[in-house]
Amino acid sequence: MARNLQFEIFRYNPQDPASVPHMQKYVLDETENMTLFIALNRLREEQDPSLQFDFCCRAAICGACAMVINGRPNLACKTKTKELPDEITLLPLPVFKLVGDLSVDTGVWFRQMYDKVESWVHTSKAFDPAALEERMDNAVAEQVYELERCIECGCCVSACGTARLRPDFLGAASLNRIARFVVDPRDQRSDKDYYQIIGNDEGIFGCMGLLACEDVCPKGLPLQNQLGFLRRRMGITALKRLFK
Amino acid sequence: MQTYFSDLLVIGAGLSGERIAVEAAGAGFGVNVLSIVPARRSHSSAAQGGMQAALGNCAMGKGDCPDVHFADTVKGSDWGADQEVARMFVDNAPIEMRQLAFWGVPWNRVVPGKSTFFKGGEKFEKIEEEDKEGLITARAFGGTAKWRTCYTSDGTGHAVMCTLDNRCAQLGINVFDKKEAIALIHDGANCLGAVVRCLKTGVLEAYVARATAICTGGFGRIYKATTNAVICDGGGHAIAMDTGLVPLGNPEAIQFHPTGIVPTDILVTEGCRGDGGTLLDVNKERFMQIYEPEKAELASRDVVSRRMTEHMRAGKGVKSAYGEHLWLDIRHLGDKHISTKLREVDEICQNFLGVDPRVDLIPVRPTQHYTMSGIRTNKDGAAYGLKGLFSAGEAACWDMHGFNRLGGNSLAETVVAGGIIGKKIAEFLQGHEVNFPTKTIRDALLKQQSRIDALIAGKNGRENVYRVREAMQDALMDGCFVFRNGKDLEKCVNVLQEVMERAKAVGLQSSGIGANPELSAALKIQGQVKLALCIAKAALERKESRGSHTREDYPERNDRDWLKRTLAYWPEGARLPRLEYEDPTPYYELPPGERGYGGGKIITADAEKIAKLTIKPGAKPAEAAKAKTAN
Ligand SMILES: Cc1cc2nc3c(=O)[nH]c(=O)nc-3n(C[C@H](O)[C@H](O)[C@H](O)COP(=O)(O)OP(=O)(O)OC[C@H]3O[C@@H](n4cnc5c(N)ncnc54)[C@H](O)[C@@H]3O)c2cc1C
Ligand code: SF4
Ligand code: SF4
Ligand code: FES
Repeated sequence: MARNLQFEIFRYNPQDPASVPHMQKYVLDETENMTLFIALNRLREEQDPSLQFDFCCRAAICGACAMVINGRPNLACKTKTKELPDEITLLPLPVFKLVGDLSVDTGVWFRQMYDKVESWVHTSKAFDPAALEERMDNAVAEQVYELERCIECGCCVSACGTARLRPDFLGAASLNRIARFVVDPRDQRSDKDYYQIIGNDEGIFGCMGLLACEDVCPKGLPLQNQLGFLRRRMGITALKRLFK
Repeated sequence: MQTYFSDLLVIGAGLSGERIAVEAAGAGFGVNVLSIVPARRSHSSAAQGGMQAALGNCAMGKGDCPDVHFADTVKGSDWGADQEVARMFVDNAPIEMRQLAFWGVPWNRVVPGKSTFFKGGEKFEKIEEEDKEGLITARAFGGTAKWRTCYTSDGTGHAVMCTLDNRCAQLGINVFDKKEAIALIHDGANCLGAVVRCLKTGVLEAYVARATAICTGGFGRIYKATTNAVICDGGGHAIAMDTGLVPLGNPEAIQFHPTGIVPTDILVTEGCRGDGGTLLDVNKERFMQIYEPEKAELASRDVVSRRMTEHMRAGKGVKSAYGEHLWLDIRHLGDKHISTKLREVDEICQNFLGVDPRVDLIPVRPTQHYTMSGIRTNKDGAAYGLKGLFSAGEAACWDMHGFNRLGGNSLAETVVAGGIIGKKIAEFLQGHEVNFPTKTIRDALLKQQSRIDALIAGKNGRENVYRVREAMQDALMDGCFVFRNGKDLEKCVNVLQEVMERAKAVGLQSSGIGANPELSAALKIQGQVKLALCIAKAALERKESRGSHTREDYPERNDRDWLKRTLAYWPEGARLPRLEYEDPTPYYELPPGERGYGGGKIITADAEKIAKLTIKPGAKPAEAAKAKTAN
């Protein structure tokens, strides 16, 4: 116990003309059950009040605290210092716009994604407050929920080679989002409609299938299956169009 | 400085805020929504259990109806609730759940046939009906007579939050994240919007609107130990109180949960104790049976929290780098039970403690969990004191929870209240005209800018904001936590008044440039200490024990003198809040009686007065008014 942890943390405040990107060293004594949530807050409150990073739930459910921890995107709140070596390097997620230090802007990226994939149930029906709810098979409901578990942390996007090269690439989280609506019987969009959104290089055909996304997803979402599922479905849709 | 205009400004993008936004936008009004974090990261998404609505679809929910839900809610509140509001809530909850289903929430559904479930460690069997197949199902929750809690697996809050945020995107509602409201703009009579600090650039902006709704959630973070997200820090309450016009309802009503894990106070479910887990002290000995021979670990949330605290005060706590705690022991439940029935607890232990609950003990302590207190509104969600200001969700004291909130009733409140209040706001906007004097807006902005400049320059002093915050949190933990008594509360008020002087002298250590986090903390510290003082002072004055408010020196619930709601105002320049009181409810559908758990003596209210205010169960407000005149 009682290690001295050495932190190497990326520092840059884009709002401050005097600031230049650099790595800064901090030292902190480790306490029992320490997580990066505790460590970073102690650094800010005891050593450097200007340090920027994001936490919200601190319980691995909101997705706010993703950063690159010793080379790998992960949630900082559920990372125990015990599992890390004495030297800990922290970098902000790539791909997303930097707000400062370890904090990035995921909100704008994801909101643009909702608009692109039209992330809502498309239906021509109207809600009738006097009627019973429409019935749904429980297994289907659970399947929809399994795909909706994404916390929009951005880990998959920043681990993705294609997303780093092409700013317009939808990314695994977005393709997973489409899959969520494809399996939802309430959504009346057809495969052709989905093809309009993802049947191109920005979507399913831009993916190189190396699966860095699934490896880093802290929620363990089956991104590989979804990509395969959509690729097959969109491939068939493409063929149908060709021979129409 | 940039100014944004909309019909409605919603501060807070949790479930309550977004539900209001959807309602108002659906009625054709322009809406801007602000949030510190992307909407889906709001605390609402952390709720796993579920939300209550009397649908009565599942076998164990058979015969459920809004009347039963109403009785549970009012009893749970220890008769602190506004019964007119509780009635609106229970009647609308089923419709709201169906609407959420229509918008895309993947609720778990009834699967017909035989299945088993556990209760008090025993196995039971139930049979779901064929004709209910595919309808929304429900699970059991503490304090409810029926299985009434609708859920999606173990991620209800998350699923509902996604659906509502999708709906906002569909309606083209602007949801701005990394924007923090730091003051309201008002002319003394009308609310005109808010001064907002952009948390990407640090720049101040004005969001003006004909109506403003504060939906900023609870303020658990003013306590050191809380299950709440780090953004639940009372910013919304502070800006309302700062006007001097808007009161806080029942600030002393704060709920504590027995099993937050140490160090980070993440919640582990009540199910651990329900399934047979035990609490141990520093000597690894059980103690709950000493205090509560009958129920032991299975006593209600507030009772267990009290006993744990008593035991630690008696020197039986475990010392740690993060303060004292006790142990939760579920080792004897065995691998199979832990990895299936308590999967979530298992994951929390592994993820955050590196502890295997099959072989290790879990460090736990009572923790702040929910704020029944909030911005006092009427039944339409309109805040007292300022026209055009509304509030909903955990931020508000709409007051269906009184002095104790039932599990599953909060998440349901966010959407039900959001729907009702959203409609009321739309009606309000229809007929409401207001002037936006540019001088008022400019003055409000300049006032905030000069606060910021003073903090950066250290003009008021060089107190460290984090030390001041700690002092406030310690004072609340010492004097105003699970147990309260006159002596400690008095001390708490005194200490907090000293802390307030230090809060006024805060100056930044860092430059304050850009999205500087130290500045965010510094801007809200005075407001937080005000909230703390409201809690302590109101608790000191309330000389009885009701729901979560426990006075060791006044153990009985005193309906004779204290069947009333506290209103706490903070006049400009005051050193303490001004406390006023009002009746908790316009009429009684359910006259005050036993809560049914937690025990305690009751000093009864004047029977004649209660009889006069009592109406027929289930009677609607119109009939209630008639009943009153007939009396
Ligand atoms: C661990 C846990 C589990 C829970 N489980 C359940 C459950 O199973 N069932 C149940 O019924 N209840 C549960 N609750 C309670 C319930 O989750 C909350 O009461 C409810 O979600 C609050 O919703 P809200 O819309 O009022 O606010 P929140 O969801 O907290 O949203 C607040 C919003 O306000 C924003 N905000 C805050 N301050 C500002 C500011 N100054 N400027 C701009 N924006 C601001 C935030 O960014 C956020 O968007 C649980 C609570 C906890 C802590
Ligand atoms: S598999 Fe596709 S989406 Fe996933 S990281 Fe690779 S390129 Fe990106
Ligand atoms: S898919 Fe996984 S990694 Fe990607 S944003 Fe969602 S939760 Fe994060
Ligand atoms: S802070 Fe919410 S996931 Fe880490």
